[in-house]
Amino acid sequence: MAIRKPAEISNVSKDELLGYYRDMLLIRRFEEKAGQLYGMGLIGGFCHLYIGQEAVVVGLEAAAKEGDKRVTSYRDHGHMLACGMTANGVMAELTGRTGGYSKGKGGSMHMFSKEKHFYGGHGIVGAQVPIGAGLSFADKYLGNDNVTFAYFGDGAANQGQVYETYNMAQLWNLPVVFVIENNQYAMGTSVKRSTKSPSLWERGAAYGIKGEKVDGMDVLAVKAAGEKAVAACRAGEGPYILEMDTYRYRGHSMSDPAKYRSRDEVEKMRSEKDAIEHVRDLLLTGGHATDEDLKAIDKDIKAVVNESAEFAKESPEPDLSELWTDIYA
Amino acid sequence: MATQVLMPALSPTMEEGTLAKWLVKEGDTVKSGQILAEIETDKATMEFEAVDEGIIGKLLIAEGTSGVKVNTPIAVLVEEGESVGDVAAEAPKAKEEAPATPHMDVPAATVPGAPMAGKRDTSPDWPEGTEMKTMTVREALREAMAEEMRGNDRVFLMGEEVGEYQGAYKISQGLLDEFGPKRVVDTPITEHGFAGIAVGAAFGGLNPIVEFMTFNFAMQAIDQIINSAAKTLYMSGGQMGCPIVFRGPNGAAARVGAQHSQDYAAWYAQIPGLKVVMPYSAADAKGLLKQAIRDPNPVIFLENEIMYGRSFEVPVLDDFTIPFGKARIWREGKDVTIVSFGIGMTYALEAAEKLAEEGIEAEVIDLRTLRPIDYETVLESVKKTNRCVTVEEGFPVGSIGNHISATIMQQAFDYLDAPVINLAGKDVPMPYAANLEKLALVTTAEVIEAVKSVCYR
Repeated sequence: MAIRKPAEISNVSKDELLGYYRDMLLIRRFEEKAGQLYGMGLIGGFCHLYIGQEAVVVGLEAAAKEGDKRVTSYRDHGHMLACGMTANGVMAELTGRTGGYSKGKGGSMHMFSKEKHFYGGHGIVGAQVPIGAGLSFADKYLGNDNVTFAYFGDGAANQGQVYETYNMAQLWNLPVVFVIENNQYAMGTSVKRSTKSPSLWERGAAYGIKGEKVDGMDVLAVKAAGEKAVAACRAGEGPYILEMDTYRYRGHSMSDPAKYRSRDEVEKMRSEKDAIEHVRDLLLTGGHATDEDLKAIDKDIKAVVNESAEFAKESPEPDLSELWTDIYA
Repeated sequence: MATQVLMPALSPTMEEGTLAKWLVKEGDTVKSGQILAEIETDKATMEFEAVDEGIIGKLLIAEGTSGVKVNTPIAVLVEEGESVGDVAAEAPKAKEEAPATPHMDVPAATVPGAPMAGKRDTSPDWPEGTEMKTMTVREALREAMAEEMRGNDRVFLMGEEVGEYQGAYKISQGLLDEFGPKRVVDTPITEHGFAGIAVGAAFGGLNPIVEFMTFNFAMQAIDQIINSAAKTLYMSGGQMGCPIVFRGPNGAAARVGAQHSQDYAAWYAQIPGLKVVMPYSAADAKGLLKQAIRDPNPVIFLENEIMYGRSFEVPVLDDFTIPFGKARIWREGKDVTIVSFGIGMTYALEAAEKLAEEGIEAEVIDLRTLRPIDYETVLESVKKTNRCVTVEEGFPVGSIGNHISATIMQQAFDYLDAPVINLAGKDVPMPYAANLEKLALVTTAEVIEAVKSVCYR
């Protein structure tokens, strides 16, 4: 994990910083609440929390424009909140209720929003990568300047279909940003135990794809890299790879005891690299906000999250007839 | 306000656990994310984190306690200023949030793939007196694609050798010249990748036709076909459809060995969310492929290399399609029903000719689509003939014929005068040697023998 460089914040406005703070905090508080509801048995099955990685999606969303698309794996709650999907709709899907984005039929790993150009929510590691390239294929075919963000983890980075996709994306000059969220662990296997490649983004060079490594705990660095990647895509220069150096604080899923790393390692990350604390420091030391201002934001976010939990408990389970709907269009 | 900390469920199956160790004590101030306790589940020892900030008012369950049910209060968190006394006044009570298990009281008849009592579509496929012309299956498939590409500029073809090479089996011959490389896309040899890209393109608003050089190679891509294309509409609560056609030759060609000779009809027909088509004649190949390209769902279109060069009469119409789920009766008969599809129809029809010479009148039904299946036409026929033989080229275990037999047993048991016989390929990988290959495939002679057997002749 790279040491964080002093942020160039001279050109970052107060509103922008407050926006990042708010967006990242929403994801964190939402995920903590999801963990709590899981503990109460209100959320079932698999539930993969995004806590620790918030700067990645919030920074990249800041580099996106209306019409851009995104697709990701099963660790998807943060992506949905960051692109403007409602906390209520996401939480109600987690509890399997009719108010959820998939009417309760998708669950934590499978949510979609055409309106927000969010294309899932995919449970097979790596499968979303060609799908993301396909979305960008459609945009190029239709002749617009939209870009697709195809997110995947360090684990998926060893899947064959990722490289099949790299090859075609560069061959066909597709406007897709491949975002490798390297959170250091593929479930319980550290990157060091799964590959001898020194870096994941450099593998793109074999196909002629440009890329770079980014401090994924620094939302400003993420945004800057995202803008560069998106500009290259819109200029017709083909795909771009961003390897986000990030860290997940929680286990792989709710049922992961996380014995593959030390408590000290996690604590060190939280205390030294936390993305939300970083922006909080920038806001306070830059004189952009007071402790009281930030407390007020915390309170607002808490209210949004608590309301989503209430909504997710109150929303009814899908009607039994829903078993047989949406199989065919 | 004091809040209860409840015993958490830490895996999809956990109902109770052991509170192994407290890592905080009464009076401690805790932050959200701080580890409160270690809890042993049936699988592992897990760390349990605080969700809210506060002060540990009281630990309700001593460490070392086993069999603590999920959702039992294990501690109380208070805010600054609150005393433990306030907490004691609020008697903690375990919340019972038993998830409701819904009764499966939906009738099985609403299963999309299950037998349904419906009205048979007995209308002719094209108007009587329509001019006909002779055409190969290959030409019919090409015409279908070309016509649909002319009619909808979001339809494009992608696959190996579909463009400059003019198609490995020449199905796409001439399409690159007419539509250009934007719409006739040559891919590298990378089935998993391009199938996924095509699925993404369909989510993104296009209508891809993916040609697999053979369906054997689609096994590299089957995750994208089933997990991504077939299931996403359901998983998205109806938001995200996948209008795509996967097509190419399927089943045995001749002397190409085990890895290039498999019929996947039964595999794909098992999947809700897919539609599965397997035409026999050129007219059906054309009408069904046009229908497949227009369908808003993922369609598996199973062709056959041996059939590509065969000629049939095709109606001369500007635009004709054949609906899915409508079987075709090729020959009417009163003595036995032969149900087949795809190349199996060759053996079924040949057998029926020969049987007629011996005085056995077979009714021959071409299913044409395997999802949906036209059960009604089969059942009506069996109720008339009281006997049935199914013919297909795929492996025998879990075959389409097995499924048809089960349906007949459930819906027309009392009409049967003999057990249904399922003819299929033999239960062996396809051998290369000419004599063994012949033995592995279903034959006209086997159909004749089976029909005589069910007719007790």
